[in-house]
Amino acid sequence: MAVSRTDPGWPLPQGLQDLPRWLIAPVPLFLLQPILTRIATHVAQSHPGLFERLEAHTHTRFLIDPVDLPFVLLLRPDANRPHLKAYRRHERVRHDACIAGTFFDLLDMIEGNADGDALFFTRDLRVTGNTQAVVTLRNALDDLEGNLVETILGGLGPLQGPASLALSAMRTIRGSRRHEY
Amino acid sequence: MNTENEANDGGYVRPELVCPAGTPAGLRTAVDAGADAVYCGFRNATNARNFPGLNFSVNELTDAIAYAHERNAKVLLAVNTFPPAGRFELWREAIDTAARLGVDAVIVADMGVADYAAQTHPQLRLHLSVQAGASSPEAIRFYCKEFGIKRVVLPRMLTVEEIAGIHGQIDCEVEAFIFGNIGMMAEGRCSLTNYATGISTNMDGVCSPAESVRYEEDAERNLNIKLDRFTIDRFAPGEKAGYPTICKGRYLCGVREQQGYYAFEEPVSLNLSALLPKLMRAGVTAFKIEGRQRSRAYVKAAVSAFRKAVDDILDGRDPGLTSLLALTEGSKETEGAFRSKLWR
Amino acid sequence: MESSGAAISLGPILFNWQPEAWRDFYFRIADQAPVDTVYVGEVVCSKRSVLFEPYFEEVAERLKAAGKTVVYSTLSEVMLKLDRQVVDSVCGLQDSLIEANDGSSLAHLSGKPHHVGPFVNAYNEGTISFLARKGARNFCLPAELPATAIRVLCERAANVGATIEVQAFGRISLALSARCYHARAHGRTKDSCQFVCENDPDGMELRTLDNRPFLAVNGIQTLSFEYLNLINELDDLRAMGVSRFRLSPHSCDMVAVASIFRSVLDRRIALAEGLEQLKALNLGAPFSNGFYHGVPGHQWVAAGSTQRTPAKASTKTLELR
Repeated sequence: MAVSRTDPGWPLPQGLQDLPRWLIAPVPLFLLQPILTRIATHVAQSHPGLFERLEAHTHTRFLIDPVDLPFVLLLRPDANRPHLKAYRRHERVRHDACIAGTFFDLLDMIEGNADGDALFFTRDLRVTGNTQAVVTLRNALDDLEGNLVETILGGLGPLQGPASLALSAMRTIRGSRRHEY
Repeated sequence: MNTENEANDGGYVRPELVCPAGTPAGLRTAVDAGADAVYCGFRNATNARNFPGLNFSVNELTDAIAYAHERNAKVLLAVNTFPPAGRFELWREAIDTAARLGVDAVIVADMGVADYAAQTHPQLRLHLSVQAGASSPEAIRFYCKEFGIKRVVLPRMLTVEEIAGIHGQIDCEVEAFIFGNIGMMAEGRCSLTNYATGISTNMDGVCSPAESVRYEEDAERNLNIKLDRFTIDRFAPGEKAGYPTICKGRYLCGVREQQGYYAFEEPVSLNLSALLPKLMRAGVTAFKIEGRQRSRAYVKAAVSAFRKAVDDILDGRDPGLTSLLALTEGSKETEGAFRSKLWR
Repeated sequence: MESSGAAISLGPILFNWQPEAWRDFYFRIADQAPVDTVYVGEVVCSKRSVLFEPYFEEVAERLKAAGKTVVYSTLSEVMLKLDRQVVDSVCGLQDSLIEANDGSSLAHLSGKPHHVGPFVNAYNEGTISFLARKGARNFCLPAELPATAIRVLCERAANVGATIEVQAFGRISLALSARCYHARAHGRTKDSCQFVCENDPDGMELRTLDNRPFLAVNGIQTLSFEYLNLINELDDLRAMGVSRFRLSPHSCDMVAVASIFRSVLDRRIALAEGLEQLKALNLGAPFSNGFYHGVPGHQWVAAGSTQRTPAKASTKTLELR
């Protein structure tokens, strides 16, 4: 795997400096990958209902692009072989649908704290490719209530501690700029 | 007498706050946020929000009814599309299931469906969906007489005064939309989506289906909104957007050659916060929040805001109106037809 | 005239024509057009109704004298006091056949024989049976119904003693609204419209931002840009049991349109020739027949072409388990 230690053109966004290095620094992606795989497997095992709602889109390749982080994620929500992998943005990974927004907005959305349509209306969320796939994923995730992030943390095993710290740091930051509704 | 004094008089009939639920989690959110009733639909073409990943299976609805009833909230099932001939069975099954599960009412639009429900399940309470397009006292009375309709959901095309006039001439309850998406075409009478995409709003339960929508950014970073092969709008960078529907798009015509204009309506959402006391005086006893396709975040924000506003009015306080602008299309709100007939 | 067992009807004029042009149009239809039934009356905007009132009786008499069946069409959208008064007066006409286009006219006509127009959502067997019990004798079906549904509705109508009519020519009504879009384009409102819709005898065309023709606006009504043309489907529709074909009036030569359809129905000219003759009318817009074939309504499915299998949401199976 090609590892880029520096990612030119990527300034550290305001407010992210306090986050653990493993998440925000231009990390070697091979370090990130085992974590992502565990997350995907754990979510799949603990939320079988999610895949029922995804219907035809369990083989769709979703590119999740947190525009202020140095990597993108490719998600294929197959119930049996869930796939979540990190890539450098310049790798232009093949995908069927793409959702792009700031890390905070994406996190707010999957946690049920922000409305995807509202983010789209204000142009804070960008959707390209297969729109139906994105709408389906959004609707399916919205039925998971507030425990998705806990589920994700549960999937981290020994990394749960640092990840929890990271999340609480994020929540603190988000508190100052959360959506006004 | 000014509006505030009248509102402070109290003495209003407590209105039912009717809230959207696209998923079981959404339903629980609505109930917990203070919904008096929640409306939802099965995961198929029998309801007008037949969106992918949305809606309820029979088992989910069973659990949802239990959750709502334990908390004194009602569950209304929308069976409000128009079955095309030859496919009536799906709608019949939805009605039978609704009766069996004990929903508090079914919201119907099609005369065939209403007739079946009234004949087969006379104890099942029926509401007339906005999709039936009953916009006159004569039409509403016709539905009430023929199918025993107990409540009509009025089209979003009437002024408050006109609603009061209708209320005085009918015998059923009146439900009105107070917040959310506002389509420009008469509900239940629009086949624009089918014309452009081959999927019918009335028969398939979806307007601008996601599978036909494409968002394309051009070289100037404009966001082009395409519905099948038609470009229905183009947003400049940073310009606020709305739903990708034909009735909120920009077009050219003979007297508007130079620049695309919103031929029907611009991206905007309905918000009648300020008209709640007037609506209550006009005889509206159920306030409906649109948005089964929206997230739990939307449901929580909108339901909480209107719960507080209604409670304030009932307690004789000035209604505390939380801003919901962040949830609206184009970051704009309108009182639509309700304030003035000049909207038409 | 009905030797072939299929009648031709002329639908109501949807547009705001000059009253004299309106009268002369019907005089010519009476004298020359091979149509059996003529629907007369304002269905789009109650404000326009008064414009044609002076000629109403004259036109009806002339049509009846020519052997045409005259049916009075009611308003499609009834909301305001004026709308209700207009519906009330049309439905009150004695010894006349009325076509109901909304719920209020259904209420008025309940219990006596009447027609049901395309603006009433008669989509299925249940609705046909129910309305037939209320006195409906003829249904002009909503334009978006595909062939599969039309077939089933013909069977049901036959069982309840009603007939089925299908629009076969003219722009398709796609939507109604409380707002007047003609007025809006001219910076006015419905109340202050000054009847700007009179400038567009076939509707005001809307194009997309990339200049592709899309829709046609007619006051509160939105129509297709394309002209519906079911000439290729006439044989199939007759075999299903459709007994009337509706031609929706436009500013083109409607006597010629009616003659072409009559000739094809009577097999006096070949189908291909009929289609060529319709094309030669230079309508300024292409034909469409997509709704019938279950594909997007603006599309044209050529005769004999393999019909696309619609990938529709409605084909989803029941998930009520």
